[in-house]
Amino acid sequence: MKKTGAQIIIESLKAEGVKTIFCYPGGATLNITDAFTNTDLQQIVVRHEQAAVHAADGYSRASGKVGVSLVTSGPGATNTVTGIATAYMDSIPLVIFSCQVNTALIGNDAFQEADIVGITRPCTKHSYLVKDVKNLAQTIKEAFHIARSGRPGPVLVDIPKDVSASLAEFKYPDKVNIRSYQPTYTGHPGQIKKAMRLIANSKRPVLYTGGGIISSGAAGELLHLAEKLSIPVTNTLMGLGGIPGNHPLFLGMLGMHGTYAANMAITESDLIIAMGARFDDRATGKTDEFAPHAKIIHVDIDPTSISKNIKVDIPIVGDTKNVLTKMIEIAEEDNEAFKQQHKRVSEWVDKINTWKKDYPLTYQKSGILKPQYVIERICELTKGKAIITTEVGQHQMWAAQFYTFLKPRTMLTSGGLGTMGFGFPAAIGAQVAYPKSLVIDIAGDGSIQMNIQELATVVQYNLPVKVVILNNGFLGMPRQWQELFYEKRYTWTHLSSPDFVKVAEAYGAVGYRLEEEKDVDKVLKEAFRNNRPTFIDVSVNPEECVYPMVPAGASLKEMLLV
Amino acid sequence: MRHTISLLVENEFGVLARVANLFSGRGFNIESLCVAESLDPTISTMTIVTRGNDAILEQILKQLNKLINVIKVTDFNEMDYVSREMVIVKVHADDKTREEILRITEIFRGKIIDVSSKSYTIMINGDEEKLKGFLNLIKPLGIKELVRTGTIAMARGERTIKMKENHIKGGE
Ligand SMILES: Cc1ncc(C[n+]2csc(CCOP(=O)(O)OP(=O)(O)O)c2C)c(N)n1
Repeated sequence: MKKTGAQIIIESLKAEGVKTIFCYPGGATLNITDAFTNTDLQQIVVRHEQAAVHAADGYSRASGKVGVSLVTSGPGATNTVTGIATAYMDSIPLVIFSCQVNTALIGNDAFQEADIVGITRPCTKHSYLVKDVKNLAQTIKEAFHIARSGRPGPVLVDIPKDVSASLAEFKYPDKVNIRSYQPTYTGHPGQIKKAMRLIANSKRPVLYTGGGIISSGAAGELLHLAEKLSIPVTNTLMGLGGIPGNHPLFLGMLGMHGTYAANMAITESDLIIAMGARFDDRATGKTDEFAPHAKIIHVDIDPTSISKNIKVDIPIVGDTKNVLTKMIEIAEEDNEAFKQQHKRVSEWVDKINTWKKDYPLTYQKSGILKPQYVIERICELTKGKAIITTEVGQHQMWAAQFYTFLKPRTMLTSGGLGTMGFGFPAAIGAQVAYPKSLVIDIAGDGSIQMNIQELATVVQYNLPVKVVILNNGFLGMPRQWQELFYEKRYTWTHLSSPDFVKVAEAYGAVGYRLEEEKDVDKVLKEAFRNNRPTFIDVSVNPEECVYPMVPAGASLKEMLLV
Repeated sequence: MRHTISLLVENEFGVLARVANLFSGRGFNIESLCVAESLDPTISTMTIVTRGNDAILEQILKQLNKLINVIKVTDFNEMDYVSREMVIVKVHADDKTREEILRITEIFRGKIIDVSSKSYTIMINGDEEKLKGFLNLIKPLGIKELVRTGTIAMARGERTIKMKENHIKGGE
C-alpha cells in the first residue's frame, strides 16, 4: 500500500526506534504534523526551534540514543542553526527534519524559504534535501546511520512540503551501505602494540580522555585499564563522568580551569594517552608547551582529530571502547612487561597525590554566599546522582569543578561551541529521556534568559526540571576577564535581570529565592522534592572568579590560583 | 609546497559546494579545481591544486576524506604522474606581429582556433612549465584576454585511481 511522505516519516521513525521528537509547527510542517495525530510517538512542542534542537541534544546526551527534532521552513529552520552547531562541535547524534517550500518553488525566494542545507553545511555531519518521495525512507535510514556511527554528529534532512504529501510504496530498508562512508572502528593492531610498549616503559603516564569515552560507552574499559596499570586520569569538560569523580586515580579536569594536579601532571608527564579527546585549545593551553616531556598516543575515531593541534607519536584511528579492550587484553597477557607496572609508576602517583593534597580545588569562604558552595551542596544532597546540565559561563566551570560526576552521561554541557541557552532545553530533553531522574540545570542569570521561554514547555508537560540560577548580576565569565585583563572596566557585562521567582510563577512553575548560606540545604531539599518545574534564584557573590585559571595563550603550568 | 589532489566523489548535487566550503571554512587555499564525470557516470573526478606545509596537507586530505560524499582521496605528489592544463588567449595581431605569433604557436604546438583582422585566438595545452614558457613569449606581443582551465592529472604507468571493491576510507 502506498503511503504519503508524512506517513513514511512516521513509519521510518518507528522503525528507527524513536520514541520522542522535539518539534515546532509551521505552514511547511502541516502535512507531517497532521500525520502525527493519534500516533504513539511522544511529541514535545517547545517554544523556540533552537530549544527543539538543544532538547533533542540533551535527550541524546543523557540516553545515548539519536535525538530527533522537526521544524518548519525558513525561520523555523534558521532558528535551529545554533542548536545544530552545538551538537556538531560536541559530536552528538541528531537527526533534524526541517521542512522546505514546495520543490517547484525552491530557489525562487518563496515565502519562508531558506537554503537550510546550504546554511548548515559547515555544521552538520551530513545533510539531505529530499526531492522525491521515493527516496525518503532510504534517506532517513542513511541519516540515522550517519548520525550515530563513526564520530557521531547531527544530520539534517530537508523535506519540501509537496514531498510530504506525495505517495510512494513504503518499505523501510533493513540495511545501509554507503560506499563512500566506512568508519574505522578497530584500531591498527601494530599501533596498539607499539602503544602498549610505550606504556610499559613509561614512568609518568597520564590518561587524558574526552567525550569519545562517553559516546562509545567505554567508561568501564577506561576504569579497568587505569586501575590495572595504575595510570592517573584527567578528563576534558566533555569527558567528565568518564571515570568516577571520586576515584583515587582521578585528577579532575585539565585545561584553562583545570585542577593544579591535572595541569601539572600533563606538564611533567612522559607519556600522554589521549582517548576520544581532540586537544582543544581550552584543554591544552599554549600548544608549544603542552606536555613538553611526553610522547603522545592518540586514540580517536576521527582521523582529522589526530595531529591537528598537537603532533602525536602513535596515532590510532578507532573506537575507544574497541581499542581499550585490546589494550586490556595485551596488559593481561603480557605479564612480563607489566609485572613491575605499579612499582614503576608509584613515585609518580605519589607525586600527583601530593599535588592533589597541597592544591585542591578551593575558594575563599566569606560571609557572602558562594556559588561553589551551592554546587557542593547540590552534589552532596543528590549524592552525585543527578543529571546535571549547564549553561555557559563561570557557573559551568564551577559545576565541572565542584560537582562530583560518578557516571557517564550525567554532565550535559556545551563544550565545543559554548552555547549560552543550552542547559535549560537540554534539561528538558534529559528529563523526557529519564522522567524519574532528578535533572538540574546549573545556570547563570545571563544564560537562562537565552531560552527562558521554555518555562512554558516544562509547565505544559509537567517536566520537573530544576534550574538553579547562580545569580551574580553579571555576565560573570567575561566580567572575570575584564577584572583580570581589562582593569575592571565592566563594559556590557553588568546586566539587570527580572525577578526570576515571579517569572517562574507567572509561567506556572515554582520559584524559590535563596540568599543565605544557612538556607541552602533547606531550599534545595524542598525544591528537589517538589516534583514540579522549579527555578531557584540564588544570590551569589557578584565578583567571584573561577580558579585555577590559565590565561589564554599561556602554558598549562602558568596557573593563577585562588 | 604545492600538491595536486584527486578526489573521486559521488556524482550528486551539492558535493562541489561541500568541498569548496571545506576549503574556505578552514582557510585552505585552492589554486585550481576541475570537476567532471568520470568513466563511471555515478562518480565525478575532482582535481584540486592546493598549497600548504605537511601538517596542513595532512589535514586537507583527512578532512576531504571525512566528507560523506567523497569516495577516495589521492595525493599525486606521492607518485609519478602527468598533469595538463589548457589555456586560450586572444592576442593582438597586426602586420608586424602576425608572423611571430604563428611561429611561437607552432613551436609550442598550439592551435589557432579563431582569427579576426586584429587578433588571433590561440589554444594551447600542456603542463605548467610549457604554458608558462608560451605565455612569457606571447605576452610582449599583447594579450587581450586569457582563460585557463585548472589542472587535470593522472598517474603514470599501469596505476589507476579507482574505487576499490569494499573500499575502506580513513584508516591510519
Ligand atoms: C550565545 C552566547 N553568547 C555569548 C557568549 C559569550 N559568553 C560566555 S560566558 C558569558 C556570560 C554568561 O553569563 P551567565 O550566564 O550569567 O553566567 P556566569 O558566567 O555569570 O556564571 C558570555 C556572554 C556565549 N558563550 N554564548
